[in-house]
Amino acid sequence: MAAVAHSPSAARDASHRRDEMIAFAIMAILLAIAPLFAYPVFLMQAICFALYACAFNLLLGYVGLLSFGHAMFMGSASYFSAHIAKVWGWPPELAIIAATLGAAAIGVVTGALSIRRQGIYFAMVTLALSQMIYFFCLQAPFTHGEDGIQGVPQGRMFGLFDLSHQMTLYFVVLGIFLLAFLFIHRIINSPFGDVLKAIRENEPRAISLGYKADQYKLAAFVLSAALAGLAGATKALVSQNASLTDVHWSMSGEAVLMVLVGGLGTIFGPVVGAFVIIAMQNYLASYGQLVTIMQGLIFVVCVLVFRRGIVGEIAHRFNKSL
Amino acid sequence: MIQILGISSQALFGQLLLGLINGAFYALLSLGLAVIFGMLNIVNFAHGALYMVGAFCAYFLLNWFGIGYWPALLIAPLVVGLFGVIIERTMLQRLAGLDHLYGLLLTFGVALIVQGVFQYQYGSSGLPYEIPDSLKGGRNLGFMYLPNYRAWVVIFSLVVCLATWYVIEKTKLGAYLRAATENPTIVRAFGVNVPLMITLTYGFGVALAALAGVLAAPINQVRPLMGADFIIVVFAVVVIGGMGSIMGSILTGFLLGLIEGLTKVFYPEASNTVVFVIMAIVLLIKPAGLFGRTA
Repeated sequence: MAAVAHSPSAARDASHRRDEMIAFAIMAILLAIAPLFAYPVFLMQAICFALYACAFNLLLGYVGLLSFGHAMFMGSASYFSAHIAKVWGWPPELAIIAATLGAAAIGVVTGALSIRRQGIYFAMVTLALSQMIYFFCLQAPFTHGEDGIQGVPQGRMFGLFDLSHQMTLYFVVLGIFLLAFLFIHRIINSPFGDVLKAIRENEPRAISLGYKADQYKLAAFVLSAALAGLAGATKALVSQNASLTDVHWSMSGEAVLMVLVGGLGTIFGPVVGAFVIIAMQNYLASYGQLVTIMQGLIFVVCVLVFRRGIVGEIAHRFNKSL
Repeated sequence: MIQILGISSQALFGQLLLGLINGAFYALLSLGLAVIFGMLNIVNFAHGALYMVGAFCAYFLLNWFGIGYWPALLIAPLVVGLFGVIIERTMLQRLAGLDHLYGLLLTFGVALIVQGVFQYQYGSSGLPYEIPDSLKGGRNLGFMYLPNYRAWVVIFSLVVCLATWYVIEKTKLGAYLRAATENPTIVRAFGVNVPLMITLTYGFGVALAALAGVLAAPINQVRPLMGADFIIVVFAVVVIGGMGSIMGSILTGFLLGLIEGLTKVFYPEASNTVVFVIMAIVLLIKPAGLFGRTA
């Protein structure tokens, strides 16, 4: 969708790389000192959503595939990690890893089905598949239906860090986020990422050059699913519960909204978008359905007049790639 | 009472009728989606919300103005159609030339606003809407009891669907429409007002959704979220049928309603998901959809 022009010249590439490094350092420092100014639980939630939005953006911004079903990865992974930590009693790191792999497995199946269609059909297929997962979660016994899984133990990460201590938990969550963010950045700037962008720009040409576009798309889909799962698994440990909200289609819509607000196809946009949207939700939480109306309005305004998003607009203003 | 496979014929045919009614709504909604997609190349995410607005229109007409079901069947689609025309003229038209996904995102935003406003005002509970007097009661067919209103919904939806098919496939107006779908630039060069046609097509498509809403009002209660989950099933129906063919949308809609009804009888646990499972199977076997032309 949003085309980010990549200059062929190595010098500009190096300067882009430097800008991104600086921006990353600023983001890491800001997030590290943020608990001094804001409520840590709110920040941890926003960080989980930031990772979720980054995972979604990997697919939409860099492969041009609009998934309307990412809630199925976020939600099912949060159920997996809650169930594994609570019922099986596994330590948090293993619960998170297993849940992430679970989301990736769902990604393999749903991805293989949905990449058979393109464009708006792809969006409809992913939405329908995620609704199927939603009904499964509603009926499966281990998810406890409307109640969800509550009172998930946080345990000790690697047997060392006591996650029931809030600041320890905060820095573990921040660490997971920053590592995942660097991983996404690495994917985007790898030769693999270049092929993805080529598919986004012109799929028939990429195929004619000998790239198996479907395999690349599936790989990107599974990576995106796994990362969304990582976000959900972490979120379940933060909020100590997993519920139907995380698998509902409105959660898929939120990923789209965050990326749209922050800046489609920008690396930092989803993070900014996630913080803006989560802050707005917290602020308007007491006004009931006003949140939905506001989200709808933001969608309409962004699509009509603000298609670059916040970070995209800044990057455009200063002629940088962020 | 007759028994088939251990299930009473009343239960079996009752569920089949319910399935047929759902199928009628699937057909009306996916028909509207297909018509809009043909002309505007967007998937109208606001379709479910406008279906809900149609039902609320009927409710307001009755409770605020004392206007009954029969006039509502005409007025509600007109009102919602006009609303659609405004949406198209003020917003969708500005997206011409952009990626089609933006149209989807915009209509999703519109759906959130509309549903949010109604939820804000009416909460999540259902409001009752009575069956019109002339369609109350029912008749005993021997193997089942057939409520008049349900029979009416199935027959009337079928008539509306077939009339739409006839207009698009067999009349001169429909020929212009199909031509404009294929190549709007050339049709414009012949002096046809294509932008007006696009606007009216969008209005007509959402009017069909509103009509389905009015028909649904006495069966399901009038709820702000009545279209939210429903439209996702309709999307699956559209993927199964493929949006290329008008008759295909109608047939797929009724067929899937029937299959859903059968599932409710024989394996109720799967009744929520059966349409999605069928979608997955169709994607594996015939990715373009049953009636789709291109992949």
